[in-house]
Amino acid sequence: MNQLPDIDQLLAKMAQDLKSRMDTLHVRDPAMVGIHTGGVWVAQRLHSLMGLSQPLGSLDISFYRDDFMRIGINPQVKPSHLPFNVDDRHIILVDDVLYTGRTIRAAFNEIFDYGRPTAITLAVLIERGGRELPIQADVAGQHMELDANTHIKLTGPEPLALRLQTVR
Amino acid sequence: MRRHNIQLDKNGRLRHFLTIEGLNRKLLVEILDTAESFSGVTAQSIKKVPLLRGKTIVNLFFEASTRTRTTFELAAKRLSADVLNINVAASATSKGESLLDTLHNLQAMHCDMFVVRHDRSGAAHFIAQHVAPHISVINAGDGRHAHPTQAMLDMFTIRRHKKDFAPLNIAIVGDILHSRVARSQIHALTTLGVNEVRVIGPETLMPADVEALGVHVHHDLREGLRDVDVVITLRLQHERMRGALLPSEHEYFRLYGLTEEKLALAKPDVIVMHPGPINRGVEIDSAVADGTRSVILEQVTHGIAVRMAIMSMAMSSRANLEGEII
Repeated sequence: MNQLPDIDQLLAKMAQDLKSRMDTLHVRDPAMVGIHTGGVWVAQRLHSLMGLSQPLGSLDISFYRDDFMRIGINPQVKPSHLPFNVDDRHIILVDDVLYTGRTIRAAFNEIFDYGRPTAITLAVLIERGGRELPIQADVAGQHMELDANTHIKLTGPEPLALRLQTVR
Repeated sequence: MRRHNIQLDKNGRLRHFLTIEGLNRKLLVEILDTAESFSGVTAQSIKKVPLLRGKTIVNLFFEASTRTRTTFELAAKRLSADVLNINVAASATSKGESLLDTLHNLQAMHCDMFVVRHDRSGAAHFIAQHVAPHISVINAGDGRHAHPTQAMLDMFTIRRHKKDFAPLNIAIVGDILHSRVARSQIHALTTLGVNEVRVIGPETLMPADVEALGVHVHHDLREGLRDVDVVITLRLQHERMRGALLPSEHEYFRLYGLTEEKLALAKPDVIVMHPGPINRGVEIDSAVADGTRSVILEQVTHGIAVRMAIMSMAMSSRANLEGEII
């Protein structure tokens, strides 16, 4: 069983990595967007750690999923909210766990329906193997190798905690 | 024993949407919640989500309609579905083709959903009973029976303004007898558990058994409006005059027309609704229709998100069917 990492340490490291990445890329005023639900919690922490001036955005990618006809609609879908102009802005997209890459693919599509960002940086708390699409994180709190029967889930919002679950 | 409800699949999810009757509060709230999230799509610069991409939705209108057909069409397009508008009055049925033949032809074109308006009560039910299992049917108004999507967009509008249904007193004013909108509204309001539903209108326009639906009947508008939170005014159809059910439009306005003066009897934060199209100076005074308490145009806007929610829910209940059909 993997030792689960300390979330506050991961968040501090991610904020630091994101700051230096924004400096290297000469990005002055990036906007941050969290993906519902876990990604929003992570983004809230990162947003305040980095002291960003643009308000935090949130995305619910349910309407952009590729498995809608298989699993149906989730009645708990939250409206997406991007309280800034996406056009010509650098966007830091935040999620809790990067796994197959399908959620991020859906999030890209949704962001582009709001406008044309200059660039998107992907930041995730946990990056695990098992990608089904060529999508990689630019900033990751921690890399973990888990077998396909193990799910990792972020619970929150207060306190944030990681939980491993074996299915089947 | 539970009666089989044709509107639900075996998991209790919405498969057809034909009437509010027989649907529980949980499902109605789920429709409202889903609509709430779809209302955000309008904020996007590309006002579309790819949920129903590749699906074909047929607007099958056997009776004239502008608002309902247009908002169904917009809702379908915002879900990225392909939409076919068939005005049946002007098509094959006028050449003698039967309803079922029309349906079977559309089915042979691999359509996924029918949105049906018909002047005969029960038409949408009839169609739902005869379509292939992978097709969903949405009732866009059938005779005097039901207009469930209109009722749900009205519930959505009420919830936006009043948050909680439980304490509300709601008045529905006008031609209750011929109104499918009123019937669906009454079912929705009682299912959602409002405090009181009042129906107000002349005796000649009141169904005999209406109290059985759990409403209070008033024939005096002033008396009925006292302390209500919401007033829903219904359109007075001109043909009712000819049927000798009413003396004159002028007389009707004097007794049942909603004016600022009569509205003063309601709660100060009352909202005024109307399913449209409105007859100014017949059932509602222009000053009220265009006034600060009128939410009539909001209803039209909300119709899109609510219809997106209902269409996508009905299509997604087929999710577990997909494997079975080929």
